[in-house]
Amino acid sequence: MSTVAVALPLGRSRGSTLRTQVGSLAGRSVLRTLRQPAMIVPSLVFPLFLLAVNSAGLSAATQIPGFPTDSYLTFVLAFPFIQGALFATMNSGQALAEDIENGFFNRLSLTPMRGSALIAGQLASLIVIGFIQATVYLTAGLAAGADFAAGPLGVPVLFALSIMISIGFGGIGMFMAIRSGSGEAVQGMFPLLFVLLFFSSTSLPRNLIQQDWFRTVATINPVSYLVEGIRSLLIYGWDWEALALAFGIATALIAGSITIASLALKERMVRS
Amino acid sequence: MEATPHSNSIEVEGLVREFKNGPRAVAGIDLRVEPGEIYGFLGPNGAGKSTTVHMLTTLLPPTEGTARVAGHDIVSEGPQVREAIGAALQEAALDPHLTAREHMRLQTALHGLPRAERVSRGDALIERVGLSDAADRKVGGYSGGMKRRLDLALALVHGPRVLFLDEPTTGLDPQSRAALWDEVARLAGEDGVTVFLTTQYLEEADQLADRIGIIDGGEIVAEGTPAALKAEIGRPTLEAVPGSPDEGDRVLAVLQRFGERVPAARDAVAVRLTDGAEQLTDVVRGLDAEGLRVANIELHAPSLDDVFLEKTGRHLEGAGESTEAGAPVDAAAPEPARA
Repeated sequence: MSTVAVALPLGRSRGSTLRTQVGSLAGRSVLRTLRQPAMIVPSLVFPLFLLAVNSAGLSAATQIPGFPTDSYLTFVLAFPFIQGALFATMNSGQALAEDIENGFFNRLSLTPMRGSALIAGQLASLIVIGFIQATVYLTAGLAAGADFAAGPLGVPVLFALSIMISIGFGGIGMFMAIRSGSGEAVQGMFPLLFVLLFFSSTSLPRNLIQQDWFRTVATINPVSYLVEGIRSLLIYGWDWEALALAFGIATALIAGSITIASLALKERMVRS
Repeated sequence: MEATPHSNSIEVEGLVREFKNGPRAVAGIDLRVEPGEIYGFLGPNGAGKSTTVHMLTTLLPPTEGTARVAGHDIVSEGPQVREAIGAALQEAALDPHLTAREHMRLQTALHGLPRAERVSRGDALIERVGLSDAADRKVGGYSGGMKRRLDLALALVHGPRVLFLDEPTTGLDPQSRAALWDEVARLAGEDGVTVFLTTQYLEEADQLADRIGIIDGGEIVAEGTPAALKAEIGRPTLEAVPGSPDEGDRVLAVLQRFGERVPAARDAVAVRLTDGAEQLTDVVRGLDAEGLRVANIELHAPSLDDVFLEKTGRHLEGAGESTEAGAPVDAAAPEPARA
């Protein structure tokens, strides 16, 4: 430790604005995410791996009468977008849980930081990851020969929807982290969310699912509509009904997950 | 309790914290820390030290009682309390993926320092704690001592008037520990910061604190200056090194006529004298009468461990090793009753 006395004025904190808080926390959130390739790479590799397996192994499904496209790759390309969003659940949850576990959350709680700033800052990394994921999935899909019926104008729409889905699921991850304060608990919940993905219309259009119970579950499952919104841009171009449903559900997911995360945060920040 | 806005004091009355289905971690404590004072809160693991700090720093609401920190009530004036205090809690609360400079940038921004001051303030504090050379390295690679120093620097970002340090030297090597003691003493002495320091190390409390509160089982069992506390119980220890190792038992037998046996250094025997230092002459006469010779004989003044023993009936964890080695022994598990 330095033995040279540094005359530091013992001033007073002036209280930061919400904008400053969000900006600072967002910067930190993005920085720590980008410095941990282990948080990004699996969310890129595994969905692409499953995309390759599914598109190769299930291509015969395109022979089923009524199948909407003759390219199963194009059909199943929506899958990695949703799977990547589920990874965002785990990543955002684990980042927050780590803060709670190592005491950094307490350090932030001792500043004038507002809870909403912490949530908003955390969303910044979700946006960055969502953007990277969408770029990689779309690029890989198109390079492998998938169609993109909506054309160039559909790209920002696809990115917006993809990022919104990531934020929505990321909010669930934050909620779980804040409630449990444990990264392991967040990881434990991850497979349960995956069930939602598999009991949806990711592998077959709902009207072609033979099992009644499966079709019913897939119809109830909101993930089906998120998948179908992305898929509509790839296969049909501009299916306004599918897009409205997907954006509506993504918005509801964001509202719901961020609300419960905020309420949980309020409870955890028991500071007076 | 009278409000004293802008003072650096800590005033606590009847503070209680009960956990659901758990123990009464803090069972009604009263204390007062004067501006610019270093107050040592000494106790073993699980005594209630960290729970008290969490309440005083507004991280944990009390179940009962009141406290004012820097003139503000910890329950109704939380934001004002947080504005006035800095805290380095039990574990160095850092993001392993950020550098020291990035930590400073975040902390200065959250505290609302003007943009122009953030860099200079952060750099000055980094220099003050001797981390300039490592300022652009991710803190995940820092040693325990470096993390503690950065933690302290972060607690000082906004110029707090009251500083809470929760077991700040746990896990540090003697050199880092001494450096941190110097810095804490300088903060109180030169900058007038009031320091509330929890520790389980006798030596730390003895050397650093102006006054000490000893907490055990959630209650303060003794309070005063280190000298006053030791004088209060006042029974010295007599330690003798037998002239021949074969005579150890016989020397001890003589010593035990004057007090009860206590742990001693290697090759030595020791007793706590029943009637004080004036027994020394009688002890020497007794040894002489038995024809025993000693290589060395020393009278030790009472320690804070003696105070703890007197007040609680048991030794403070690690006290023996701490005294013997001349430096505290690292802590065991962190206090369980945390928020």
